[in-house]
Amino acid sequence: MARLTRKPLWRGAVGLLAGLYFLVPVAASVIFTVDVPGQGFTLDAYSGIVSADGFTDSLLLTLELAAATIVLVMVLLVPALVAVRLGAPRLRPVLEIICSLPLVVPSVALVSGYSSVLRWGPEHLSRTPLFQTFTAVQDKRFPFVLVLAYTVMALPLAYRALDSGLRAVDVRVLVEAARSCGASAPRAVLQVVLPNLRGALLNASFLTLALVLGEYTVGALLGYQPFAVWIVNTGGNQAQLSVAVSVLSLVVTWMLLLVFAALGRPRDRSRSLSRSRRAGRDAAAPAPIAQEVA
Amino acid sequence: MTLRTKAPAGMLAALPLVLFMLVAFGLPAVAMLTGAFSTSSDAPGGAQWTTANLTDSVQGAYLTGLVSSVKLSALSALLAAVLGLPLAQAVVTSRHRALREGVLAASGVLANFGGVPLAFAFIATLGNAGVLTEHLGLTGAGWSLYTFWGLVIVYLYFLLPLMVLAITPALEGLRKQWREAAQNNGATGFQYWRYVALPVLAPSLLGGYVLLFGSAFAAYATAAALGSGSVPLITVQIADALSGNVLVGQGNIALALSLDMVVVAGLVMAVYVPLQRRSARWLD
Repeated sequence: MARLTRKPLWRGAVGLLAGLYFLVPVAASVIFTVDVPGQGFTLDAYSGIVSADGFTDSLLLTLELAAATIVLVMVLLVPALVAVRLGAPRLRPVLEIICSLPLVVPSVALVSGYSSVLRWGPEHLSRTPLFQTFTAVQDKRFPFVLVLAYTVMALPLAYRALDSGLRAVDVRVLVEAARSCGASAPRAVLQVVLPNLRGALLNASFLTLALVLGEYTVGALLGYQPFAVWIVNTGGNQAQLSVAVSVLSLVVTWMLLLVFAALGRPRDRSRSLSRSRRAGRDAAAPAPIAQEVA
Repeated sequence: MTLRTKAPAGMLAALPLVLFMLVAFGLPAVAMLTGAFSTSSDAPGGAQWTTANLTDSVQGAYLTGLVSSVKLSALSALLAAVLGLPLAQAVVTSRHRALREGVLAASGVLANFGGVPLAFAFIATLGNAGVLTEHLGLTGAGWSLYTFWGLVIVYLYFLLPLMVLAITPALEGLRKQWREAAQNNGATGFQYWRYVALPVLAPSLLGGYVLLFGSAFAAYATAAALGSGSVPLITVQIADALSGNVLVGQGNIALALSLDMVVVAGLVMAVYVPLQRRSARWLD
């Protein structure tokens, strides 16, 4: 009983401190932008942003890059991780090392490598068909080279998220249970394993999306203008304006992630409900630990 | 049965990932490595093999930048890991589903809030003309955002949420039965954490710390936008060199500095991997 009354207090204190630390800078930024010395309350800093040049272009570009990166990360990682869990456990450490390699190469270092490789195009390959690939990859409208770099950078985060999810679920038992109930192997993976990984999949997508939305280093140093770079280029001159753009970018990111979360959740609930109602059929599939605790 | 039939499938499914990494990661890595050991093509005499780039990159101002980058990352990652664990536990054990999901979504946003927006938010809050600085008269008390500790406070703003994101899955994997078993055997809350939960969490905590160190070490935009010239950082030096801010013929110093960063990050991983492998079994 004593434990029951003590816990919320401890939790409240942690929550309060964290809340203060995270909210004060945001609140201060808002105050800073609307309370200009000598002018009093004004919204000029905000109205100036939306009409600014290149706002929609750079935002759209970043969203497209984010979507492409998430798709590429998932297509590369999910089959590899699930298959390795199922059939080639000895490959697991290899995969982990491969996916952790980018941790060893910070994005600034990665850019220096990329810019060297991109220089090979005009220097050595200008007469070969490969040169066209180099040009296509650097197309200003959709620089695929950024998707490549972002995917490399997102791999360690996405791997960790998916791996923790897989750790909490016994993939092999799930698949064997599904198969002994007559499901084919693809069906067992698609309809039993993946739904149990929804939390991990969402988490991995979150991390990737967040990374791409806020990415500045690679885009700036390779000479492109995704959202974060646009913010710097536009807002660098004026303190109020640049802070306002920052607040705006936080709001934009918030909304996108909320949309993301909303997209993932309803299906989650309805499916797990309908599955638990279908008594017997999936009873063999044990309730995964993750869902029990969550 | 499953083992024998699935083994080739496992290899096949991992193949695209391996090929992708060879092209998108291997090529730039090789380019960086060869570039670090040769003079740039605009040098007198053209491109030649040399170790001058590397020796230059660990001397003088470049050495100072490397050391203060490591110090800053190690310290802020440690603080974030220590403070992030109770925060994540508070979030995970919360009975309000909405709060839990809200905080996790917020962590996703804030972990990404690094870089330029973060720098501007803190300039508005604690910078020389910042709201808090002016209202609390912090300048008189000797406060400046553009110092080592100023950067630590700013870095925590994206490292803490990152820690929460990194450790939450492991905390959710702690089984209720373990706590109940410990309690049945007469363990106190402290003993449960000391002898059961923390050892089980150790690999994930270490993994989280490495993630944090890596992202603090790699952080460039935040420091650049803060204009923290008083704290030399290796990332800022690399970006300067990449934008041609070096003497003619020394263009490859950026690649040598990048290689230094890779070496430091590689050392951390070399410590982390064996430790992690030894204790990772618990959550399987």
